[in-house]
Amino acid sequence: MLRYVIRRTGAAIMTLIAASIVIFAFIHLIPGDPVYVMLGDGATPDQVAALRARLGLDEPVVLQYLIWAGNALQGDLGHSVFFETPVTQVIADGAETSILLATMTMVWIVGFGIPVGVLAAMRQGRWVDQGLSGLAMLLASVPTFWVGLYLILIFAAGLGWFPSSGYPSIFEEGGLANLRYLVLPSIALAAPNAALILRLTRASMLDVAREDYVRTARAKGISPTRVVVRHILRNALLAVVSAFGFTFAALISEAVVTETVFALPGVGRTVVQSILRRDYPVIQGVILIIVCLYLVINLLVDLSYRMLDPRVELE
Amino acid sequence: MNTPILSVSDLVVSAGRNLQIVRGTSFDIGPGEILGLVGESGCGKSMTSLAAMGLLPHGIGVTGGKILLNGADITHLAPHQRVKQGCGRIAMVFQEPMTSLNPVLRIGDQIKEAVRVHDRTASPPARARELLDMVRIPDAAHQLDAFPHELSGGMRQRVMIAIALACRPAVLIADEPTTALDVTVQRQVLGLIRELCDSLDMGVLFITHDLGVVAQLADRVAVMYAGGLVETGDVVPLFAAPLHPYTAGLMACLPDPTSDDPLLPTIPGSAPRPDEIKDGCPFAPRCSRVQDRCRRGPVPVAFNDLGQSARCHFPLNHEVPA
Ligand SMILES: Nc1ncnc2c1ncn2[C@@H]1O[C@H](COP(=O)(O)OP(=O)(O)O)[C@@H](O)[C@H]1O
Ligand SMILES: [Mg+2]
Repeated sequence: MLRYVIRRTGAAIMTLIAASIVIFAFIHLIPGDPVYVMLGDGATPDQVAALRARLGLDEPVVLQYLIWAGNALQGDLGHSVFFETPVTQVIADGAETSILLATMTMVWIVGFGIPVGVLAAMRQGRWVDQGLSGLAMLLASVPTFWVGLYLILIFAAGLGWFPSSGYPSIFEEGGLANLRYLVLPSIALAAPNAALILRLTRASMLDVAREDYVRTARAKGISPTRVVVRHILRNALLAVVSAFGFTFAALISEAVVTETVFALPGVGRTVVQSILRRDYPVIQGVILIIVCLYLVINLLVDLSYRMLDPRVELE
Repeated sequence: MNTPILSVSDLVVSAGRNLQIVRGTSFDIGPGEILGLVGESGCGKSMTSLAAMGLLPHGIGVTGGKILLNGADITHLAPHQRVKQGCGRIAMVFQEPMTSLNPVLRIGDQIKEAVRVHDRTASPPARARELLDMVRIPDAAHQLDAFPHELSGGMRQRVMIAIALACRPAVLIADEPTTALDVTVQRQVLGLIRELCDSLDMGVLFITHDLGVVAQLADRVAVMYAGGLVETGDVVPLFAAPLHPYTAGLMACLPDPTSDDPLLPTIPGSAPRPDEIKDGCPFAPRCSRVQDRCRRGPVPVAFNDLGQSARCHFPLNHEVPA
């Protein structure tokens, strides 16, 4: 087990190094002089020289990378060109919104996708199953922003149950009740992914239900519920768990859209604005953090898969 | 034979509304008796046994006849309903040991699960060990923690038998339990089944397509063809003098070590699928003794005084009744 974790972590670090080189090179792929691009046409020579010095662009490229990566390791992702504050500060400002949004979204995906998938499988072919599978198909195929706009139209503008935009911190006035600002966005973000997990859970339950060992379990005379939970679901989840790595990747890009539609002050919106402002240090910082998160999540998915399935050798 | 523990009468199993897969099969099994059910693959042996277990797959059901276990009607009960109604002492071992155990659960847990359902007074871990000892798994205490993939096919089949024994079965059904195993392992598992049948006074329905195995193991034989039984009888007289031409044909296909003819005889043609069966004797198209009346109407049962019976107009080894 430990050896596997070490080997797998080593591989993740190699990936991270490769990704960091690509992210670093990004600033040099900008056509023309990146400093002019960032500052715009009206920049004075003094400003240009100052930014060039701050970004270390006068050094040889390899040295530039080593300095940048070394700083990143120490938690210094440089300064935002637009805000003039540390990039880590800019990201931290959006982190609360994004982390809470992601958590709530995951709660919907797991809490809705898996149980409803099980239900559909157990009612295979009946109207419950056909209704749910149709709904899942629909949700998986409509874009997030469209779901978001409809949710706003119905539940915010129409019924007035939830706010339509913005998010005041839970540490400000309102406290935890401010979470209601995230209900609609998290549903919009969860919808297509929960639909995929639902369909995957259903399909995988039906596959496992045909296995010989499920018949063995039934032959023992244990209750049908126990057959479903202990024998079918337990094995069906193996396929579902391994899909969570992909779900996470899909969530990141869709979160950017959702935060924009609902005007949430999250990291996703920061990225969009930073792209429009050509604030390259912020973009680089956010991408680097996303890559790290992605690697960690996939490592966790791999490990939990291996713990759920004794057939997979850990060596 | 004394009072049967498992009694199957006129069992009909159908897929959908009117495709009969098993057509009016009857047999009895007494305590301590092994009934060998033989027939070519596809003739309905597994469907008969699954019906007896209450485990027929979706879309297939019992549409006629009765299954009695110690007098209780279990025809339309699933296993968990049988347990609830106190008639759950029937268990089954399946053909494929490699896929019949749950890959993510330790075998000890899979055995204990069955123990808990049937045996509220026993301590599950102690009983699980006892069961592994009964099926001659060496180092039982240690093997309880193993996962199925860590065991060989023969060992897995022993675990399957242990799970089956957890309900203290009055009847054990074994559906081709050794077909997937090596010959030496096969012999050990057959020996184990014989031994358990004797020591536990358990009735056994042993299903196989291998007449040689039946000759070795069974007390009585039932030969199945196209969803129905064509001949039943005690093993010795049946092998000495089969009544039904199909039984005789199967026996002619057994390899004879004293013969130097490398080519084994075969029965011409192939067994009909359930949707191809016509009126009259289903074996008629392949039978060497066929006559006109075989192709129409119901076929009578011929008996002899050794307890053999066969569904045939013109049985072999049998003087034509006056
Ligand atoms: N789901 C099904 N629907 C219709 N026919 C089936 C189904 N499953 C099996 N059969 C048919 O039932 C017959 C008996 O099958 P089975 O009992 O498995 O044979 P055996 O065990 O003797 O080899 C076969 O001819 C097969 O084609
Ligand atoms: Mg079979």
